[in-house]
Amino acid sequence: MSVNVIKLVVFKRFERVWHWSQMALIFTLLFSGSAVYGVNSLMGFADAVALHTWAAIILIVLWLFATFWLLTTGQWKHYMPTTKHFFEVARYYAYGIFKGEHHPYKKTFGRKHNPLQAMTYLLVKTIIFPAIWLSGIPYLLISFGMGGFLNDFGVGNIALIHTAAAIAVVVFVIAHVYLLTTGHSFVEHVKPMITGYDDVELTDEELAYIKADEPNLLKDN
Amino acid sequence: MYNSSITFRASIDACSLVLCFFCLSAAHASAPEIEMGISEYSKTDQEHASKIISKKSKEESVSTTDHSKLEALKGPFFSGPEVTKVCLECHNTAGHQFMKNKHWTWDYKHPKTGQHLGKSVLINNFCTNARGNEGMCAQCHAGYNMTDSNFDFTNQENMDCLICHESTGTYYKTPTTAGNEACSIMFAGKPAIEWEKIAQSVQMPSRNNCGKCHFYGGGGDNVKHGDLSSVLFDPPKEVDVHMSEQGEGFTCVTCHVGEAHEWAGSRYEMTVNDTVGIGKPGMPRETASCESCHSASPHPTDSVTGIKLNSHTSKVACETCHIPEIARGGVATEVDWDWRTMGKLKNGEGFKLKEYTQGDGHHRATYKSIKGNFTYAENLQPMYAWFDGTMNYTTIKTQFDPSKGPIDINSFSGSAADPGSRIYPFKKMHTTQPYDKGNNTLVYMSLWGNDDSALWGNYDFGKAIAAGMKRNGIPYSGDWGYVETLSYWPVNHMVAPKEGAMECSQCHTKDGRLSHLDDGSIYLPGTQNNKMLNIIGLLAIFGTLAGVLGHGALRVVATRMRKK
Repeated sequence: MSVNVIKLVVFKRFERVWHWSQMALIFTLLFSGSAVYGVNSLMGFADAVALHTWAAIILIVLWLFATFWLLTTGQWKHYMPTTKHFFEVARYYAYGIFKGEHHPYKKTFGRKHNPLQAMTYLLVKTIIFPAIWLSGIPYLLISFGMGGFLNDFGVGNIALIHTAAAIAVVVFVIAHVYLLTTGHSFVEHVKPMITGYDDVELTDEELAYIKADEPNLLKDN
Repeated sequence: MYNSSITFRASIDACSLVLCFFCLSAAHASAPEIEMGISEYSKTDQEHASKIISKKSKEESVSTTDHSKLEALKGPFFSGPEVTKVCLECHNTAGHQFMKNKHWTWDYKHPKTGQHLGKSVLINNFCTNARGNEGMCAQCHAGYNMTDSNFDFTNQENMDCLICHESTGTYYKTPTTAGNEACSIMFAGKPAIEWEKIAQSVQMPSRNNCGKCHFYGGGGDNVKHGDLSSVLFDPPKEVDVHMSEQGEGFTCVTCHVGEAHEWAGSRYEMTVNDTVGIGKPGMPRETASCESCHSASPHPTDSVTGIKLNSHTSKVACETCHIPEIARGGVATEVDWDWRTMGKLKNGEGFKLKEYTQGDGHHRATYKSIKGNFTYAENLQPMYAWFDGTMNYTTIKTQFDPSKGPIDINSFSGSAADPGSRIYPFKKMHTTQPYDKGNNTLVYMSLWGNDDSALWGNYDFGKAIAAGMKRNGIPYSGDWGYVETLSYWPVNHMVAPKEGAMECSQCHTKDGRLSHLDDGSIYLPGTQNNKMLNIIGLLAIFGTLAGVLGHGALRVVATRMRKK
């Protein structure tokens, strides 16, 4: 079985729009949220609350679309945890990277993320983001006068969860941006998320299938 | 001098001239101004009154009766009771109605605490007690001839209809008894009352009627409340959006509505959480709360900010944000009264030292021989506390422990856990005043009288207390001292236009106005109040940053070493 490295659409148009608008919204939310919390005084409290609320509402809508997209297109499979190559990748970040080794993982048709990356995104999607909206939506309900049933739990606790989750988002963003500098180069990592194309290892069978049934995934079709 | 407002002319013309000289030349002068004599109110409500009469608000004079056309009011009248008798001939239930009103009874039984309150018994930390000093204080009683504590409250003809209903601005009352001879010069030179003209002028009470007493509570302009001053006779819009002619032009009774001579609004038992809110058209609004007109969701819901502000009303009283400062508009309020210095004289005569120049240029007495030292404040940030509307008073019967710090003349209940409580603004008044050192109670003092006990004229606390206690049958140990007291005055008036309301960030910030209430019982964003979370957050964020920078640095070093 020979291996073909082919330039292929790995990030669909929707995925790219989702990623970058999510990035913009998360930065907006971190900026306005930190102003609400009181750690940045670059914008007024009332403006920060309004901006944070609107950005949150837009992000919730975006997440609804993204969740629907992940479930209906089968793209959710990319995020399933796997041990395959897991330890090689972990060893690379802890040791091999300093020896000048090449990144041991190559994108495949069924796995566009390396196993560490997939696990991180899965944690973000199943723990950090849900913590954000499981606290943020109740907070909004309270603001809109519909949160009476939450009185026993307390808005303070809701805010605590929300702020803790926001700190986790900051940690993720720092690590995420840093990891773009590993492997080939920063540009090599960012480019696919703009153009959609990246080198993917395809088996003959996969290549034949794509050529026959999804030729528009190929760059030079 | 409790709530008194009457005109007292300076004793002699020369003195008035001196006063005028200072008024003209000393708007910003800081030189102490000394005024001999112990008369009160050389600046009076009379000039304010004429100003307001000339621009009568349209809410007044909508009566179906022109009283100036009534035969019965043609007179002649020679006294107040004669006028009252004529009023009651047509308004034949008014007397029965008014007989229950606090302005007549000076008596109030608190429905929740059961305390017996009212001006007839209470002691405050301004002039202290009206009881026993009715000769002076009853100038603001809505009745005639209350000379002592044995007034006949069943005699309707002693009701004073005119003090609330006349509209000429020329009506006045003098103390019902003469007082010490040093004080008697205060009544000299007043024009005679034109009873017929005044009787024919009656109408719904204007702000001038209410203000003559209520703006001068505590012994002078805005002394007591901080949010009720002569500025409200004609306030600019930024001081009071409701009462300003550039605003709504309300009179007091626009909000303090009622019927049958009982009206809304009491600081003994306040409505801090109006559950009735706005009524349907034509329905009576029987509370003077903000909600009774504005509802509990007053902010427009077409913006996030408006919706968010509405979610505050279950915790924060409207007044807290919309009356950002008290004593606005140029008239100061008193925040500290020290009775200990009472009684200093110059050449055997009482005097006033006027060392405070307030915003409108008038000089205020910082020392009065009859009262001691005063401290003033303007544009003052209120004190904020949880309040459920119920006031508890330290009365003449209350024993306290003076070693436990200042005594609360009135204290209030309320908490974050109580859904009926709101964060409310107060004016806090601090006073050092006499008390019964043996019995640990407050004292009734004899302030006013033509005998050797009255403080005002004799300047002797010992005699004044002994006489005041004896007169009212209160046990007195014979030993008096000074005690520090505090009183709390809920702030409701001088609502600013919306542009003048508090900014979010005045509370939602570290060390903001409500930081003392941020004790875990409420969540107040913007205060960075969760120290544990702050530490965890800093560790997590800077730990990650250090981690990636360290990892990156190692990579750079490793690459260089490989190249060598």
